[in-house]
Amino acid sequence: MLKSKHLIGLENFPISDLNKIIDTSFKFKEILNTPERKIGLLKDKTLVNMFFENSTRTKISFTLAEKRLGADSINFSASTSSVKKGETLKDTVQNIESMQIDGAIIRHSHPGSALKLTEYIDGSVINAGDGSHEHPTQAILDMVTLKEKFGKIKNLKIGIIGDILNSRVARSNIFGLRKLGAEVVVCGPSTLLPNDVSRLGVNVTNNVDEVLNWCDAVIALRIQLERMHLGRIPSKREYHNFFGLTYERINKLKKDITIMHPGPMNRGVEIDSKIADSENAVILDQVLNGVASRMAILYLLLGDKSSQI
Amino acid sequence: MINKKQPKKVLLKRGRIIDPFSKKTFIGDILIENGKIASIKKNISSKDKNIFRIDCKGLVVTHGFCDIHVHFREPGREDKETLESGSIAALAGGFTQVCTMPNTNPPIDSPEHVYYIKSKSNTLPIDIFPIGAVSLGQKGEELTEMLIMKDNGAIAFSDDGIPIQNAQFMALALKYSKMTNLPIINHAEDIYLRNEGVMNAGPNSNNLGLKGNPSLAESIMVYRDLALASSLGARLHIPHISTKDSVGLVKLFKSKNKLITAEVSPHHLYFCDDDIVDFNTNLKVGPPIRSKSDRKKLIEGIKSGIIDCIATDHAPHTIEDKETTFNDAEFGMIGLESCFGVVNKVLVKDNGMSLKSLIEKLTVNPRKIMNINRDLFAVGEKAQITIFDPNEKWKFSEKNIYSKSSNSPFIGHDLVGKVKYVFSKDSFFTL
Ligand SMILES: [Zn+2]
Repeated sequence: MLKSKHLIGLENFPISDLNKIIDTSFKFKEILNTPERKIGLLKDKTLVNMFFENSTRTKISFTLAEKRLGADSINFSASTSSVKKGETLKDTVQNIESMQIDGAIIRHSHPGSALKLTEYIDGSVINAGDGSHEHPTQAILDMVTLKEKFGKIKNLKIGIIGDILNSRVARSNIFGLRKLGAEVVVCGPSTLLPNDVSRLGVNVTNNVDEVLNWCDAVIALRIQLERMHLGRIPSKREYHNFFGLTYERINKLKKDITIMHPGPMNRGVEIDSKIADSENAVILDQVLNGVASRMAILYLLLGDKSSQI
Repeated sequence: MINKKQPKKVLLKRGRIIDPFSKKTFIGDILIENGKIASIKKNISSKDKNIFRIDCKGLVVTHGFCDIHVHFREPGREDKETLESGSIAALAGGFTQVCTMPNTNPPIDSPEHVYYIKSKSNTLPIDIFPIGAVSLGQKGEELTEMLIMKDNGAIAFSDDGIPIQNAQFMALALKYSKMTNLPIINHAEDIYLRNEGVMNAGPNSNNLGLKGNPSLAESIMVYRDLALASSLGARLHIPHISTKDSVGLVKLFKSKNKLITAEVSPHHLYFCDDDIVDFNTNLKVGPPIRSKSDRKKLIEGIKSGIIDCIATDHAPHTIEDKETTFNDAEFGMIGLESCFGVVNKVLVKDNGMSLKSLIEKLTVNPRKIMNINRDLFAVGEKAQITIFDPNEKWKFSEKNIYSKSSNSPFIGHDLVGKVKYVFSKDSFFTL
């Protein structure tokens, strides 16, 4: 099992726990590929999925992981609950806590909300994304995917392209990949890069071709056209031309590189369809690995010590 | 609990008297009669049996402290603080005079409002000097009746809490206020550069995924205000200075303009943004807690006299306003009760400032900025005396708080130097 009780972020997460989760994910992936697919490791556990912010993919992935492990889960989402202005996170959560739950998965638009939740409930807390802070389960599934592809993480060269400033996926990946010894270069328009990003132990550039020529794998981040991004970049066209994983750009590279995207994709903006659907793209593997790694996380945080897989 | 007595005669024996006005320091006695300084000398003996004697051996006896930047929330948010509860919190911190900021609800933007605060404060155990708003409704559009407000007791003008963003309006306010000879105090933060930042912009905000407020948001407006005030020959006081660039700018402009003053708050001297690692909302303040190097420059600034005084920016908030996510939490922390233990520890114990110099930053310097009488130990003056143990180590806790709110990040911190007694408005208080 793990040293940690919660999974809030990768910045201060022990390396040994991170490695254990990654290794265990492969075991669950094997189970997912058997006809049974189900395993009752958490069959007496109750989990609550608290989604204060819309999310389809992460929520489905967690729900499936819980079901495959045989856990009982309750769904709580802001739209269907009594969350309204004035009701504090504390009140909302304590209502749920009184139902005696073993663990909570939280997605919230405010940084620090997952950590805050640990003050209010006795069970384990898993951060499914807190604002621009961290999204550790996404980073873990990305690392599982990389390890599956390359057999290791150490010394891999990883490029991350897009909104580094506001992306919790970028932040968690940087923390996790650096911890496991990968080299990371981040790339994006200057207005989407934090001033001090090099302090995180990564290199920074605005030149996407430079990154693609250097890296073993590239993670393209979603550009959020509906939200802040159009104030920070002049147009979709300019972004696509200068930072997009275009067919022309990838095609002229001297070697194959692995293409990743946390989804959902804006095809034709940060990534061309031809690239997203190409041989080198592992985007669908990321989805399946998401279920396997979330099973590993849930099992290692909540499972009985005596249980074996 | 604070114990209050109203003896006709009080004799303070054998304290280390530090008079920051006359700059004299000696071991001696002070006799207070009917609330006024009757005598102050090496040895006062009295056979009077009814005299109330206090042995001050080992303690420092000095002027009552003066805090020129507090938020007492009355009228409007009496659940957070009232003039009365704020006064008790001030007493507990050794303060006998405070200047209240006008960002109440409604704001103190008319002579009638100023009069209301003044008259409500008459019966309180400390002196309250209301600061009036610069603009009607603190909207930064129309000037308030500064001249009549002064006649009703306004001590300065400020839209604190809200920066005066329009430079032309700031220029008008500085010009007009010259007729009052009272300072304008502008909360200097360019709201566009601040860009909804909730903590200092830097590696820590980046790690936490919180929106950053860059130090330039302050420094740029500090420069604007200094340049405007200097060209107009107007009085300007810069509140809660938080960045190293602002310190440098104040130094530069002070060399050519004597009408410029600045304050720093205890929390900006004590904390840096490395301390905000766990989203502690009690550390969410405006302007934000800055970097380690900013903090160092602030300490140098107050030691060298570039920054004139310490002011707490005491900003009470309810538990509900703080017991939430960092984004949603209100800006501000309380600071009166912890002030002396904090600044004495940081400046005197850790950074080699003299105790005498620290006392000036809490007494004569702030009073000078606000044109308040500074010769408090003159015979015949109404006694305002603070008596503290400069070496007592103590842990700040909820039980030291008299404010209606308890939003203090100092809870649990070890402080050095504790206020023991205060004489204010005819009464002797034992803390
Ligand atoms: Zn202010």
